Amino acid sequence: MIEVAAIKKGTVIDHIAAGQGLWIFNKLNLGQLGHPVVLLMNVPSKRLGKKDIIKIENYTDVDTAMLGLIGSSITVNIIENEHVVDKVPVFIPDEVRGLFSCGNPRCVTNSDAYVIPLFHLHDARSLAYVCEYCEEITKVAWK
Amino acid sequence: MIDLRGRHLISPSDLDLREISSIMSLAQSMQQNLSSYASLCRGKILATLFYEPSTRTKLSFESAMLRMGGNILGFSDASTSAVSKGESIADTIRVLDSYADIVVMRHPKEGAPKLAAQYSRVPLINGGDGGHQHPTQTLTDLLTIHMYLGRTSHLKVAFCGDLKYGRTVHSLIETLARYPGATFYLISPEELRLPPRLKEHLEQHSDCALIECRRMEEALPAVDILYMTRIQKERFFNEADYLRLKNSYVLDSDKLAQAKAKMLVMHPLPRVNEIAYEIDSDPRAVYFKQAELGVYARMSLMAHLLGVDGL
Ligand SMILES: [Zn+2]
Repeated sequence: MIEVAAIKKGTVIDHIAAGQGLWIFNKLNLGQLGHPVVLLMNVPSKRLGKKDIIKIENYTDVDTAMLGLIGSSITVNIIENEHVVDKVPVFIPDEVRGLFSCGNPRCVTNSDAYVIPLFHLHDARSLAYVCEYCEEITKVAWK
Repeated sequence: MIDLRGRHLISPSDLDLREISSIMSLAQSMQQNLSSYASLCRGKILATLFYEPSTRTKLSFESAMLRMGGNILGFSDASTSAVSKGESIADTIRVLDSYADIVVMRHPKEGAPKLAAQYSRVPLINGGDGGHQHPTQTLTDLLTIHMYLGRTSHLKVAFCGDLKYGRTVHSLIETLARYPGATFYLISPEELRLPPRLKEHLEQHSDCALIECRRMEEALPAVDILYMTRIQKERFFNEADYLRLKNSYVLDSDKLAQAKAKMLVMHPLPRVNEIAYEIDSDPRAVYFKQAELGVYARMSLMAHLLGVDGL
């Protein structure tokens, strides 16, 4: 197995379902942060079989709303002095701004460049969100 | 005291029942005594921003403002107007709201008026956004019911035709369901039934009863109102169904003979063939009156939003 040194200070996003790590990496713009980042893919996991892990050094302000939408298995650990000092809960957000687009092709958010899509949670189990503007339901489906 | 000054109207649910009632009663006195409101909006300007043509709605709003002594400006087709393609709604409204005291916006994109209202410094009225909402049609329908039947609660209302895509129907059902004791008879072909999500919403948030029927005759003897809508041929899955079913959703004098003597026949217009012309002279047919009452509903609404309703 490839060895990756533990980080001294920063964030470890663990238990990402295998295959979603790169997608999260891109969605959270981690390449643009200017901090050292490692993305580990297909790491053996007791819980998931295989998982992805992202480690970000010297940075702790990760968008947990986005992670909550992606999967309940994800854990976010804040590291200081090589120790986990905080586990940030990841939950399905009540309100989501700008992370996905409205599924209604007639919705104004799909044609107006200025407006940022805004959604309110309708049903947590099916990840169904109601659009603030057209009031149609969009089910969040990744991949 | 109802104070709607400065508010926007995007959906009928933006108004509570007391506010709706205040709009109804002013509309009623406007209808009864039109001339005494002839200068209520003197010096006020209504901007009609119609990103898609809708002659009826636009003329109704313009007539309403002109009858109150105000002025109008606007456009009726974004492709030939000064509104440039690709400009965001936010930018457009931030410029145009300085030209008028109140704005009505019709837009093919659902949610566009809500977006516009977030940037508008003057009251903004949704004049119809795609298949989503058309609140002044709902106010018009309520006013018609209020004027003819004297109540908006404990009504038995049949909705006939396209109940799936008909936004007029959705808005009116949702609004009538907020009053106690409503019973809705839903008459439509299988493919055009009321959306399950709306049914679920009604069942959870109101005490209304929903009865689904395949044929108009099942509901007609019981109801206070028959609300007709147009069924577009393209909405049917196949030609055979269309031919088989099309007459089931057409109101003619034979069917009307089974209805109560005081029942109202309503329709948001324009109609195609779903109401036979022979019905027009029947006193129960109020659809043309509806269009007239729409002007009073819009006058009253604008007077409320401009804060001149108490004058
Ligand atoms: Zn939408």
